[in-house]
Amino acid sequence: MLLLDIVLPGLVLGGMYALIALGLTLQYGVARIMNLSYGESLVAAAFGALSLYTGLGLSPLMALLLAVPGAILINWLLYRFLLERLMRRGKDRGAQEIDSILVTFGVLFVIQGIMLIAFGGQYYSYSYLSVPVVVLGSTLAVNRLVALLFAAEIGIAVYLALTRTRVGTAVRAIAVDANAARLVGIDVAAMSGLTFAFGGGLVAIGGVLISMFLTFNASMGVIFTMKALVVVIMGGVGNVLGALVAGLLLGVVETAVARLVDPGLTLAATYALFLGVLLIRPTGLFGRAAS
Amino acid sequence: MISANRRTLLRITSLAAAAAALGSFTSAAEAQEKIRIGYSISKTGPYAGGASITTLPNYELWVKDVNAAGGIKVGDKKLPIEVVEYDDRSSSEEAVKAIERLANQDKVDFILSPWSTGLNLAVGPTLNRLGYPHLAVTSVTDKAPELAKRWSNATFWLGTSAQISEGLAELLGKLKSEGKIGSNIAMVSVADQFGIELSAAGREAFKKAGFTLAYDKTYPMGSQDLQPLLKDAIAANPDAFIAFSYPPDTIALTEQAQLLKFNPKVFYVGVGTAFPLYKGKFAANSDGVMGIGGWNADSAQLKDYLARHKAATGKEPDRWASSITYASLQVLQQAIEKVGKLDRAAVAAEIRSGTFDTVIGKVKLKDGLLQEVWSVGQWQNGEFYALAPTSLPGARAPVVPKPQWQ
Repeated sequence: MLLLDIVLPGLVLGGMYALIALGLTLQYGVARIMNLSYGESLVAAAFGALSLYTGLGLSPLMALLLAVPGAILINWLLYRFLLERLMRRGKDRGAQEIDSILVTFGVLFVIQGIMLIAFGGQYYSYSYLSVPVVVLGSTLAVNRLVALLFAAEIGIAVYLALTRTRVGTAVRAIAVDANAARLVGIDVAAMSGLTFAFGGGLVAIGGVLISMFLTFNASMGVIFTMKALVVVIMGGVGNVLGALVAGLLLGVVETAVARLVDPGLTLAATYALFLGVLLIRPTGLFGRAAS
Repeated sequence: MISANRRTLLRITSLAAAAAALGSFTSAAEAQEKIRIGYSISKTGPYAGGASITTLPNYELWVKDVNAAGGIKVGDKKLPIEVVEYDDRSSSEEAVKAIERLANQDKVDFILSPWSTGLNLAVGPTLNRLGYPHLAVTSVTDKAPELAKRWSNATFWLGTSAQISEGLAELLGKLKSEGKIGSNIAMVSVADQFGIELSAAGREAFKKAGFTLAYDKTYPMGSQDLQPLLKDAIAANPDAFIAFSYPPDTIALTEQAQLLKFNPKVFYVGVGTAFPLYKGKFAANSDGVMGIGGWNADSAQLKDYLARHKAATGKEPDRWASSITYASLQVLQQAIEKVGKLDRAAVAAEIRSGTFDTVIGKVKLKDGLLQEVWSVGQWQNGEFYALAPTSLPGARAPVVPKPQWQ
């Protein structure tokens, strides 16, 4: 029974990690933008959900209907007017990455500044679906379970879209070699923009869902960026299924260490696992072939 | 081209130098018209959450109150306050740099302290060297008595870690002797200086009061799921659950305890319990929860302070360090007025030796420390009343066992 009591809550925690990382793996892996303002965008979505919930009484699940298209549009504009130039100017992948890091580092402070002006620095928290449900003898919170289900569904849907559709194939082609993709008639700039915008939509889903159960403030973005980076790199950059698996694995390992060894060592376990994976598979779990 | 550029550059530099000279001249002339008060506070970074509820609103409220009354009386003149504000980005280096800048470049008359134990200890030596009075309000450390001895300019206002843990142990001991709780305690703490000091002091105090620590674990700061911890704490079947936690963890632990239907007779959580956010989020479920701090909510001065705080900042204050922060500023003001001039050394000495009227009542520090500090409070009918030390006037009787979660 203890095993189940570790695996289920672990998967639920892992679902949150995967959810946080899904958008980044698209933005970094495919659109090639190392988005340092990632965590801030996530927190901004959380604030959006909070405002809609406390202001208009709109449930966070309904808020998704507003937040996701909004985020996709904002991210597309961001790409179109700020990042596309950089992508065109950068001679190679390295230069593009460095440029995108510098620009999104600036965007980070803009988003954070706006949130600080609008909400101040204090903590915010509200409760939605904070009700217990017993699954196989283990008590779980419905809001976290919802986050897990979303993560699994999105992860699998995006994976299928990437591997089974024409657009998905084009996107993967860009991720492998943008120049070659251009040669076969793929509109690289437009595709990258769409992928970046879509990644932004996933960030918004993550932010809205975690706002249901985590306490947050305007300064917390960096925590999410860090966690997302660990998951993305561990799963294999640009691999959506990898991010899902890596996130779930991380959650189970953290929960197992907390229950079986010592709660104080969860952070150490995270980085030990991260290093371990990178030592054995430098490209991440799903870096090349599915394992 | 180059020489033209150089000439422009020269011209700009000399203009800037002239402007700077003029600037310092005018500010010297202005010194008699205004009191310049500077502070650097965490507007961003991990400490922003605490700073923007406990410290910054009170700085703003106080400046507003003082200026509305015409200013601080120095000699026979009332001088309004002019504020110089910096963001230390929750970093010790930035905080120290900002203090240096406030003293050397902005030449402020007084400096208010940053938020948190860590930053106050970081800026302590600098403020001492520069000779500014240091009101280290939001710092809880067992080193406070020693530091107050070493830094003659510094004062500490929230008690020591031992005081807080001992206050809790005393209250629990009393409940045990009355037969209201048994002797089993589960304790969790955040793994940073705050959690380590309080849990270390707690371990000793609980043992002395005859309790058994059935569960005693730390968790890393920023943990996103505390359910595993709580499940093992529940398995220990404690009469009292004690968490020396930070605001996000305080909220998460409370929420998870409700989900897991964990209803110990005493449920005590750390920083954040006394925040209005806690009451706002948990509403009726906050009833009976104990936490750090508390205030004598029946006092007329505090009721008035609560109303003014709400009117000026739009939110209620934290029921632990907010009113003490405001009181420390009243002490600073009265000390300046008593000294009658902007003499920092004399003001620092006056803060340590004088008696002052504040929102928390009469304040008289002993050896640089505020002695009468609340260590345990409890939400009762929407107000966070102080329970311990039980000997302090205004202490309320605890509600134990805690009502069931709804």
